[in-house]
Amino acid sequence: MQTTDNYMELTFPAHSQNEAFARVCAAAFAARLDCTIDELTDIKTAISEAVTNAIVHAYPARSGKVLLRGSINGNTVRFEIQDFGCGIENIEQAMQPFFSTGNSAERSGMGFTVMQSFMDTVAVHSQPGQGTVVRLEKTILSQNTECLIHA
Amino acid sequence: MQKTALHTLCIALEGELDHHNAPALRRKLDAALDRSRSGLILDFSRVTLMDSSGIGLLIGRYKRAKDRGGKLYVQNVSPHIDKLFRMSGLYSIIEKL
Repeated sequence: MQTTDNYMELTFPAHSQNEAFARVCAAAFAARLDCTIDELTDIKTAISEAVTNAIVHAYPARSGKVLLRGSINGNTVRFEIQDFGCGIENIEQAMQPFFSTGNSAERSGMGFTVMQSFMDTVAVHSQPGQGTVVRLEKTILSQNTECLIHA
Repeated sequence: MQKTALHTLCIALEGELDHHNAPALRRKLDAALDRSRSGLILDFSRVTLMDSSGIGLLIGRYKRAKDRGGKLYVQNVSPHIDKLFRMSGLYSIIEKL
């Protein structure tokens, strides 16, 4: 088993103003891997999608919290975005491009597709009535190269 | 805001286009669409981040422009946001200038 070089945990209420807070924290945590700006934007966008999903879908009838965990092993950063809300009945369907429950206006249904495009792996575990965990992983390959080029 | 050679109103967006910011932007863009029959040009030069909430917002504005006989255009899209446009098929309904 790999040792974890670093980790973080953050808990916040499922309010939309925390979307920006969560993605900035995640990017700051990952930044020690000497990510490029593009890689940090990939991470921010994927975290934004997962946290927005929790905020929009997990707690339709009550307030709740979102837990963001991060860990770094070598060149790989992993994040878990967990809620304790209603859960997802059909994960396969939820991950289809353009699928949306349609319970709110103008959802594109592209959240999981965006996560999959910007991260190396995306895994979703959900228990109806218990909540959902989204695990995101990205290996940073380009360490220092951008700094060297622009030095 | 400025009128371009196409006589279409151009609006420069700024900041992060996410779920939290989408409702306020939607109201402003809808007000602009109601005044601009030919549609809108959206300038993305100063948009630093967009996620799928932005995709939903743009699809909604496209529909509103189309209902009024206008079109939606975008310009100065960063490579990162360009990837979102391509993966969602937005360029089939929104023209890139």
